[in-house]
Amino acid sequence: MAISLKLNGNPTTVEAEPGTPLLWVIRDELKLTGTKFGCGVASCGACTVHVDGEPTRSCQTYIEDVEGAEITTIEAMEDTKVGAAVQQAWVEMDVVQCGYCQSGQIMSAVGLLTENPKPSVDDIHDYMHGNACRCATYQRIRAAIQRASDILEA
Amino acid sequence: MTMKVSRRGFLASASAAVLVLGVRPDGALAAGETDAMLNPFVKVASDGQVTGIVKHFEKGQGPATGLSTLIAEELGVSIEQITYEFAPSNPEIYANTFFGGFQGTGGSTAMANSFMQYRQAGAAARELLIKAAADAWGVDASGLKIVEGIVTGGGKTAPIGDFVAAASTMEAPADPPLTPPSEWRLIGNPDVRRLDSPIKTNGKAMFAMDLHLPNQMVAVISRAPSRGGLVAGFDDSACSEVKGFIRAATLPNKAGVAVYAEDTWAAFQARDLLSVDWDMSAAETRSSDEIKSEIMAALDEAPTYNVSKTDHAATKSAVDGAETVVEQTFYFPLLAHAPMEPLNCTIEANADGGVTLHDGCQAPTGPHMALSQIFELPMEKVRINTMLAGGSFGRRATPDADYQVEAALAFVITDRKRPVKLVWSREDDMRSGYYRPAVGHRVRVGLTGGKIVGWDHHVAGQSIMKGTAFEAMAVRDGIDHSSVEGTADGPYQIPGMFVGLTDTPKATSTLWWRSVGHTHTAYVMEVMMDQAAKAASADPVEFRLAYLSGEGDDQKRKANVLRLVAEKANWGNAPEGRYQGVAVHKSFGTYVAEIAEISGNPDDGIVIENVTCVVDCGIPVNPDVIKAQMEGGIGYGIGHVMRDQITLAGGEVEQYNFPDYEPLRISDIRGIDVHIVKSEAAPSGVGEPGTPPSAPALANAIAAASGVMVASLPMEEEGVYFA
Repeated sequence: MAISLKLNGNPTTVEAEPGTPLLWVIRDELKLTGTKFGCGVASCGACTVHVDGEPTRSCQTYIEDVEGAEITTIEAMEDTKVGAAVQQAWVEMDVVQCGYCQSGQIMSAVGLLTENPKPSVDDIHDYMHGNACRCATYQRIRAAIQRASDILEA
Repeated sequence: MTMKVSRRGFLASASAAVLVLGVRPDGALAAGETDAMLNPFVKVASDGQVTGIVKHFEKGQGPATGLSTLIAEELGVSIEQITYEFAPSNPEIYANTFFGGFQGTGGSTAMANSFMQYRQAGAAARELLIKAAADAWGVDASGLKIVEGIVTGGGKTAPIGDFVAAASTMEAPADPPLTPPSEWRLIGNPDVRRLDSPIKTNGKAMFAMDLHLPNQMVAVISRAPSRGGLVAGFDDSACSEVKGFIRAATLPNKAGVAVYAEDTWAAFQARDLLSVDWDMSAAETRSSDEIKSEIMAALDEAPTYNVSKTDHAATKSAVDGAETVVEQTFYFPLLAHAPMEPLNCTIEANADGGVTLHDGCQAPTGPHMALSQIFELPMEKVRINTMLAGGSFGRRATPDADYQVEAALAFVITDRKRPVKLVWSREDDMRSGYYRPAVGHRVRVGLTGGKIVGWDHHVAGQSIMKGTAFEAMAVRDGIDHSSVEGTADGPYQIPGMFVGLTDTPKATSTLWWRSVGHTHTAYVMEVMMDQAAKAASADPVEFRLAYLSGEGDDQKRKANVLRLVAEKANWGNAPEGRYQGVAVHKSFGTYVAEIAEISGNPDDGIVIENVTCVVDCGIPVNPDVIKAQMEGGIGYGIGHVMRDQITLAGGEVEQYNFPDYEPLRISDIRGIDVHIVKSEAAPSGVGEPGTPPSAPALANAIAAASGVMVASLPMEEEGVYFA
């Protein structure tokens, strides 16, 4: 079936079977590989994208459910104010190690700072709980979210 | 550190560089092609762009930045002026100098084995460029230097790129002078940033999973429900319902059925509809409980091997005759590595009849040899394109090159016209994996007058090396050292110490897991040290220092990190309601001490408030990377002992995905402080050594808070909960 959606600001039509996770449409059909496959069961957050501005696990989002939606992926984050601040903080603090989960971490962090520009440590823990990092870069993720908050406030 | 880059190596590549880069096969010089391969580790383009050819794969532990730092330091460019590429598989040039003729990453050796080699490479490139400039300017080379990529001296300046063509025709210096530590700009500089940060924050980093070759097929494998099952037959009639399904075929070794499809989701869908008959006659049938019973039974018998080469009878009698005896039996379960990027790789046919493997390849020589055999190709017709790896923790280097072989088998039975991308799901990773072996320890420590008089230590568990291609190299006198490393060979000078080993049968494929044997030996050594200190009514730090009082460098460095961590963590002065636990361990040449500070209690939930870490890894090349590796190593160690284990029922792995093997989450450790010891010793590893002391420091803190000493892991299984 043909599904129309807006991807990173561009109207896009994709051809996919109903029930296909948005993740695989983004990765395999649209070839935007910044969005990662980590678990397939919404347990690690590596596949996080924004659907109409909301961080969403694309591995558990069926393509037919995002007809007409605005999908934003990591590739478009530098064009947003919050996204650019988060990426700047991530690079400043060298958050990444293997880096595989970091697109998802950043997509969640942008979601957090968009709705809560001054998050407490507890807010960060609550919001970011579903994003796993096997390298355990959490220490720096926490600090980089606070740094991004400062960048946005400045 | 007396290793040298051979003169011949430089010469061969320098002359090859002219050929490759300067002259096309038709004999004509290509316009603009003025790049020159100055030596196998450094490439300098005519625009001055410097590229480090990194022989170690990047799984996050930092060699892309680290090895580039060494080159940039010697060459005289800034860290912003260098980029990196991963080396091809060619052990003649890119072998790990600690691994004989084997190219690969492991044992926290990337920086340690490259430190001299990559500095010499950078220095040789610098000398050539300076000589070319001196010739061009008609001045003496001794007055020239390279600063930020600019050759300067004799009243002239010009970018290094101007001298690339001339330099590439010159003979490389045999023994280029190295920059003295007093002049280092980049080595030891905490402001040097990771070269791979930008691409890993904007989605542009290319992991092997991100490769989409034109016309590729995706293959997923249906594997037996437990280890050792073989395909007896299959029915793929239902798979045709899936749009994009291509076909299914039994792998030549009958270990699974390959399901080929146009894309990943179609492959997963089709595999779900595949029906396979398994011949389970040779398959594993045991449960984890039986495995544990085997290990515990082995601990009740005398050990097979005398690891410490000491008199067991004398140790036993010393312990028996002591005033106080502290005895404990420990159990460590199977653990999965679960790197964030599920295993995958892609194989394609080349126009020359060879094949290329695209892989986040940890140890290229293994899959290189395996593919050469499977495809019946000479080694030079098998190429490996090493890509970024989304974690490994040991999983991507197996003695039998398991997933690369699986991909090769899935490719070899096709017409080889379409590239085959093998993809593992998270469930495949969790259930069909290689695991940290299950291990038990029993230790009896005898104390008289507050001092250890005997330490009787028996390790029983599944060997990693036995039965693999590495057995001949890694097993001595029957002893797999990786089962016992970190016990008798550690810096502690323990009177009357005996360590014995008994191998128990393997129920799964066992594999090194971040810090290998130290994952369990450090836990046992450091928990027992605390228990012994308690029995002696001594402070745990002071008690340990008594066994590190020797004049040897090994004792001094270990004692130093222990003293420092006590100072940094304000040992013994935890705020009200907080409890501290300490552990110190040497692994892979690196000394790490950690203090965990917790609040709460095991019934209502422990909160890990902070971990303070002091590391001595010799010269700290990239201090911020070292800190990151300590942070990550601590998280990896603590995350697993909190709540993770792989269990078997009737031979089948019971865990499927992350909900059953819950990873460390952001709130689990509230803070980590890392301090690096200043050192002039040769650099040692940092990828693994942060892990071993983390779990025992936590265990000792929990014991301090509650009196509960957790001897069987994971902790949540023993009734210790975390908030």
